[in-house]
Amino acid sequence: MSDDTLLSARGLSLSFGAIPALVAVDVDLWPGEMLAVVGESGSGKTTLLNVLSGRLPPDAGAVWYRDPVGRLHDVHAMPAPALRTLHRSDWGFVHQDPRQNLRMNVTAGGNVGERLMAQGVRHYGNIRAQAIDWLTQVEIDADRVDDMPRTFSGGMLQRLQIARTLVTHPRLMFMDEPTGSLDVSVQARLLDLIRTLVTRLNIAAVLVTHDIGVARLLAHRIMVMQRGRVVETGLTDQVLDDPQHPYTQLLVSSVLQA
Amino acid sequence: MSQVMLCTDQLAKGFTLHLQGGVRIPVLSGIGLELHAGECVVLSGPSGVGKSTLLRSLFGNYRTDSGRIMICHHGVMVDLAGADPRTVVAIRHDTLGYVSQFLRVVPRVPALDVVAEVLIGRGSSQDEARRIATALLLRLNIPRRLHGLPPATFSGGEQQRVNLARGFIGRHPVLLLDEPTASLDAENRAAVVAMINEAKARGSAIIAICHDTDVRDAIADRLFPLTPLQAAA
Repeated sequence: MSDDTLLSARGLSLSFGAIPALVAVDVDLWPGEMLAVVGESGSGKTTLLNVLSGRLPPDAGAVWYRDPVGRLHDVHAMPAPALRTLHRSDWGFVHQDPRQNLRMNVTAGGNVGERLMAQGVRHYGNIRAQAIDWLTQVEIDADRVDDMPRTFSGGMLQRLQIARTLVTHPRLMFMDEPTGSLDVSVQARLLDLIRTLVTRLNIAAVLVTHDIGVARLLAHRIMVMQRGRVVETGLTDQVLDDPQHPYTQLLVSSVLQA
Repeated sequence: MSQVMLCTDQLAKGFTLHLQGGVRIPVLSGIGLELHAGECVVLSGPSGVGKSTLLRSLFGNYRTDSGRIMICHHGVMVDLAGADPRTVVAIRHDTLGYVSQFLRVVPRVPALDVVAEVLIGRGSSQDEARRIATALLLRLNIPRRLHGLPPATFSGGEQQRVNLARGFIGRHPVLLLDEPTASLDAENRAAVVAMINEAKARGSAIIAICHDTDVRDAIADRLFPLTPLQAAA
């Protein structure tokens, strides 16, 4: 168990006008760990994800990423090309709406292969073979490799996005409500898929979700946010089964039992 | 006497219900429990006295208010009550197992994989983990035709046996069992009693909650009685 964090943030603050979206937020993420960020709409979850991933600069605070050889990078001080390279290689971003990440006028195989080509892989046969391998891993039939994403269902698009993200073997994934737009039958399958792949490939992930059931099944640790602040953090089952903060108690007690 | 695997010192736990005007419910106070390798201690006391709360606290599922929970993890005594989340995860991974009353897993995952997961997480191959999981499920009288199905559709007793298989497969040195035989018939109760006694013979230390007196007599080396706290005025 290494004591070095993969990603660390200290004192992140960001306001949109008079609205505080993040207030003095600290985050630590270790390799292979899944951290869930939960809270109601507008609590700052997605803003936090965008700041952690360098997509949005904070008003105050800093984010550090440790690369594979152990060097620390101040994410918001990195030159833009270096950050783009990071997003194309070591990192992956899974959006709630897969259309934000996919190119809808490029085939499924092309969508997966594109990330490899961006890394400099040029052998077409290899790229196609890897694309097919990843489509199979996310349970999309290999014979759909040449089909356009617009012929895919919502659940398939989400799985295609995950294949596109994982093909470069990222060490860190940012996931924004990955199961949010799916019907429950597809949700369960995707949850299992994410959990299996993340465990097998030892990927660390920050998972934003408003669904604490999803957090319970996927995450090692959990952060509860309210109005831009982290009100409670800890082991997932501990926070959900023995919530200490009034807001967490409200959140947990408000869940409908199916 | 064999090695101390777990001991608590002045353990206290209560709940503050913020949604009910901050009412405070004290449950446990001054708990001093010592558990040795190869021993089974059964928590006793009336319903509502805090047996499950103690068990959940010992697993790190509930946060304690004060006191220590020392557990022997890789030969070193570690305070679980004050441990950071990553340490708790590591302790649960290798040292501390827990069988809850109810199975809670990702929907649509087959029973066999639910059980095999612990071993795969420790680096076993999928084939090896599934082979051991199969043997354990068969021993608990879960027929082969059910192994490939998700447990959500199983009966209460079948789900509990899947849960038991999941709890026992890791052979954790310390095992916490919450009503392991509550919804089982006589044949399956006997299978569980045999598994508990084998775990003890291997040196596992076990704390159980068990209302069935026959099962209790068959597994317990001693009882640990809990008495109700006077509610704070």
